[in-house]
Amino acid sequence: MITTELEQLRAEALASLEQAETLDALREWRVTYLGRRGRLTQVLRQLGTIPPEERPRVGAVANRIKDELEAAYEAREAVLKEAALAVTLAAERVDVTLPGRPVDLGGYHPTTLVLREITSAFAELGFQVVEGPEVEWDYYNFEALNIPRDHPARDMWNSFWLTPGGTEAERPMLLRTHTSPMQIRVMEKFRPPIRVVVPGRCYRYEATDATHESMFYQFEGLAVDEGLTFADLKGTLYAFARMLFGPERRVRFRCDYFPFVEPGCDMSIDCSHCGGQGCRVCGGSGWIEIMGAGMVHPQVLRNVGLDPDRYQGFAFGGGPERVAMLKYGIEDIRHFYANDLRFLRQFRW
Amino acid sequence: MRISLRWLNDYVQINLPPEELAHRLSMAGLEVEAIEKLGDFWDSIRVGRVVRLEKHPNADRLWLATVDLGDRQETVVTGAPNLREGVKVPFAPVGAKLIDPAQGKLVELRAARIRGIESRGMVCSEAELGISDDHSGIMILPDDAPVGAPLREYLGDVVLDAKPSPNRPDWFSLLGIAREVGALTGQPVTEPPAEYAEAGPPVGALVQVEIADPDLCLRYCATVITGLKIGPSPEWLQRRLRAAGMRPINNVVDVTNYVMLEWGQPLHAFDLDRVIGRRIIVRRARPGERLVTLDGQDRALPPDALVIADAERAIGLAGIMGGANSEVSETTTAIVLESANFHPTNIRRTATALGLRTEASIRFERAIRPELTVPAARRATALILELAGGQAAQGMVDLYPGQKPETEVTVTAAQIKRLLGTDIPGPEVHRVLGLLGCRVEEPEPGVYRVRPPFWRSDLNIREDIIEELARIIGYDNMPTTMPAGPLPEPIFDPRRDLEEAVRDILVGCGLQEVLTYSLVSKTLLDLFDRNGAPEPLRLVNPMSAEQEYLRTSLRPSLVNTLATNRRRGEVGPVKIFEIGRVYWARPDDLPLELKRVVGVLSGPAGPRVWNRPERELDFYDAKGVLETLFWRLGVDVRFEPGTDPDLHPGKTAVCLVGNARVGVVGELHPRLIDAFELRERPQLFEIDFERLAELPRNSRAYRPVPRYPAVEQDIALVVAETVPAGRLVDIVQGTPYLERVDVFDVYTGPPLSPGEKSVGLGLVFRAPDRTLTEAEVRQLVERLVRRLERAVGARLRA
Ligand SMILES: [Zn+2]
Repeated sequence: MITTELEQLRAEALASLEQAETLDALREWRVTYLGRRGRLTQVLRQLGTIPPEERPRVGAVANRIKDELEAAYEAREAVLKEAALAVTLAAERVDVTLPGRPVDLGGYHPTTLVLREITSAFAELGFQVVEGPEVEWDYYNFEALNIPRDHPARDMWNSFWLTPGGTEAERPMLLRTHTSPMQIRVMEKFRPPIRVVVPGRCYRYEATDATHESMFYQFEGLAVDEGLTFADLKGTLYAFARMLFGPERRVRFRCDYFPFVEPGCDMSIDCSHCGGQGCRVCGGSGWIEIMGAGMVHPQVLRNVGLDPDRYQGFAFGGGPERVAMLKYGIEDIRHFYANDLRFLRQFRW
Repeated sequence: MRISLRWLNDYVQINLPPEELAHRLSMAGLEVEAIEKLGDFWDSIRVGRVVRLEKHPNADRLWLATVDLGDRQETVVTGAPNLREGVKVPFAPVGAKLIDPAQGKLVELRAARIRGIESRGMVCSEAELGISDDHSGIMILPDDAPVGAPLREYLGDVVLDAKPSPNRPDWFSLLGIAREVGALTGQPVTEPPAEYAEAGPPVGALVQVEIADPDLCLRYCATVITGLKIGPSPEWLQRRLRAAGMRPINNVVDVTNYVMLEWGQPLHAFDLDRVIGRRIIVRRARPGERLVTLDGQDRALPPDALVIADAERAIGLAGIMGGANSEVSETTTAIVLESANFHPTNIRRTATALGLRTEASIRFERAIRPELTVPAARRATALILELAGGQAAQGMVDLYPGQKPETEVTVTAAQIKRLLGTDIPGPEVHRVLGLLGCRVEEPEPGVYRVRPPFWRSDLNIREDIIEELARIIGYDNMPTTMPAGPLPEPIFDPRRDLEEAVRDILVGCGLQEVLTYSLVSKTLLDLFDRNGAPEPLRLVNPMSAEQEYLRTSLRPSLVNTLATNRRRGEVGPVKIFEIGRVYWARPDDLPLELKRVVGVLSGPAGPRVWNRPERELDFYDAKGVLETLFWRLGVDVRFEPGTDPDLHPGKTAVCLVGNARVGVVGELHPRLIDAFELRERPQLFEIDFERLAELPRNSRAYRPVPRYPAVEQDIALVVAETVPAGRLVDIVQGTPYLERVDVFDVYTGPPLSPGEKSVGLGLVFRAPDRTLTEAEVRQLVERLVRRLERAVGARLRA
């Protein structure tokens, strides 16, 4: 009797469940059939009226049906929830092609970016960064670097003077024309072993054009110790060039003259623009000069009280703008300090 | 230095293509900046002779020229005014390539009918051949030009434009370069002939020479030639001078220039008849002495200038330029040919003082060797006799007060290895140094006694000799190693780290780094207050008024950068900063170079976007950047109302750490906004990096994570509008358990009375050892409000 009633209830409930189209209707169904005052509960209350020996069997049927209805409810609920979510999601659609809320972007000056690359490359080679004054005595900028007054090599560096009479002054003061005076200051301050790299501003009295600025940066390197050789200079600069310009770069060392080194050289890398075939970037030679360098001149060592029979060293220098021009394909050095934001904002990394 | 390879070939056989030669020279230190090829396109152009010249039947100004090419004759139409029958000319047949002077580029010559007559080719101007810009007439070739010969064989040349380094005066001469080429290629070098008959009277009978200042004149040689005839130089000599970039003048002057280019020894010819007393005295200029030099300039001679004088007056500026009063002219028949050596520094100083750099002074100031005087004098005398005739006097004046012992440098195999990092075998040392003209003895194995050739004044110490070895063997053939040995002690430099951190933080705050010129105009500097800086340092030789003074502040540069970008059309936000130096003069010392950080924020707060209201950057944007910066650096800073002459008095805050003023932030003063013609309200901040670097930084010690929850409570206070919000925050600081205070709202307007404002404070309380109860917090807030009430009359807003 009661089992028939249970089976009928089951069939009716399952059919009714199919009709529940919303989560609200579903909750109502649950109250109707499975709630505390629901139909199934009401049927089960009649269990007390049947003979005790029947109860386990009927109870088992009732439990099975209850479990079945619960499972059907959950399945139905999952379907309806998914449908409801789909509706919500569809309603929440945004126009993803609209631009995002901008985050404020800052940026580094390209000279800074390149100087950071250069100094960290030399840091890997054991060179530490130091800085020095931009306004210098003639002594540090020239005399101590083996460039005496009236030496024709002075023509290589046209200077801005701060003392009347220029080089004729009693103690001539000028804007440094290169970072090389720091060679002297570093050797005066530290004893070997020395390995430093010096970035900084320099100034030359020169007409400006696409490759010349009256103000520019340089980086100067100096290593002094017992037993440093020209081969070590080559090795150091070679390693540097490949760190900065890529492991496939080839380098070339040419004889060059700077009064404070002997032997003197410059280093070129093969032109990545044309692969060494010759193009506009490299002036047709296939090579691009990057740095000047050489073994510290014995007179320079003597000028700072180092014995050239005991110590030897090498020095090198280059221009970060030139490096940046190569790396970024900038054609005119005058862009650097004109600070046109349309130029500066291009350098992101 | 322009090097004609055709000319160079006189002294050394060139067995390399020009490009390869240029490369080898560059690698050895003589940088070749350009290779000019004369005649590389002259494929079918030949030497022709004009055998007939007739009027064009149909045109007044045109001619028909019949040109004999040896194997055939061609008739061409020409308008050139300078043709005559019998002259030799370059002939270009149809199909030849020529430069069109109007376009400046190569075009192919086509057959043409000109007024009814067919022209089968062209006779060419120098411009059409690329020899010069001269297009006024047809190029007339010398009589010795072989008819029918390809013009390139006869006239073609390659010119290397090279840049000798200041230490190599020998590279200012073709012979010096020939010797370099010889060393690089192993070819022998031939000196030019210098033999002549000394048919005249003894030189001493014709001229007397005295060196009055032997400290400045190391050697003075002179020959005398009488009975010569001035005239134009032959074509070959003129052509060579022109190829070298010099202008032909007359046979005597041209020879002096030619031999200077050849030997590197400047020479000067005086008209003997204009040398008063036939006496030459080499002496310092007298006070107030003047000289009209060959260029027509009347010059006051600087003290210590060395002059060549005759019995009465200066007749030349030694080593720089001759005097007009003794100049060789068309009527000259006798000359004194001077070949001397002067003190390099003295020449350089006089030339600099007079602003007169000449081919002669360039060579003397580089310390050419006194040994050059005799061979150059002999060579020039021989050439003048050949080209201008006359008789050479017997012998040569040769006064040599500056004679020095021959240079000798000892270098050992061990020293070579120590410098280059590799052994150079003995035979190789001998071979390389021998190629360079050094004489080398090896008194014991591995010890080289080197006597450099006289023309190499730059070889004086062992490093010079070792460089020669490396250079000739090739730097690229030297080994490459990494330095061994200990690394130096680390140099601890917190300032550098700090600078990089400031840069990173400001970029992270959305600012663009700029780097501006250290040199600025006085006008720009003076727009801003001096702010305690001394008078700016002025350059003695500025290039322009725009870059005349060393800046004492970064502010002008940064505001100027803003204004410049606005003028360029930038309409968006400008947020820029610079970390740079200012230069503060000190008496009798280098200036202080002080680092400053200056930023400017101006214009719209961001680009225009659809979902963010537009607004202008204001004071609080700039202050926010500074707050972020100091917070990131771990510096506890207070902002207090302050003043700064460049900033808006009501919108200026100073940044204080303890009592130290490390910076300032505020809106640019309207006076400056007007001065820069800006239509916006720029915000500016400045940090004294020097002070910042000296500040103690917050300890980075870890604080335990709180174990008990915080209780948050917002209150709204009504206070007089004049009470700064910061004052309220200061007053509540120190309340027990108060962890932080945020000003989350400021409001004025109804229902508040005028002159009142409401300030919302968000309070966060926390006890380290328990959860605070609501009652406790209520009590704390009540106490806090009472303190605010007593201090500034605040009341809680209902
Ligand atoms: Zn290239």
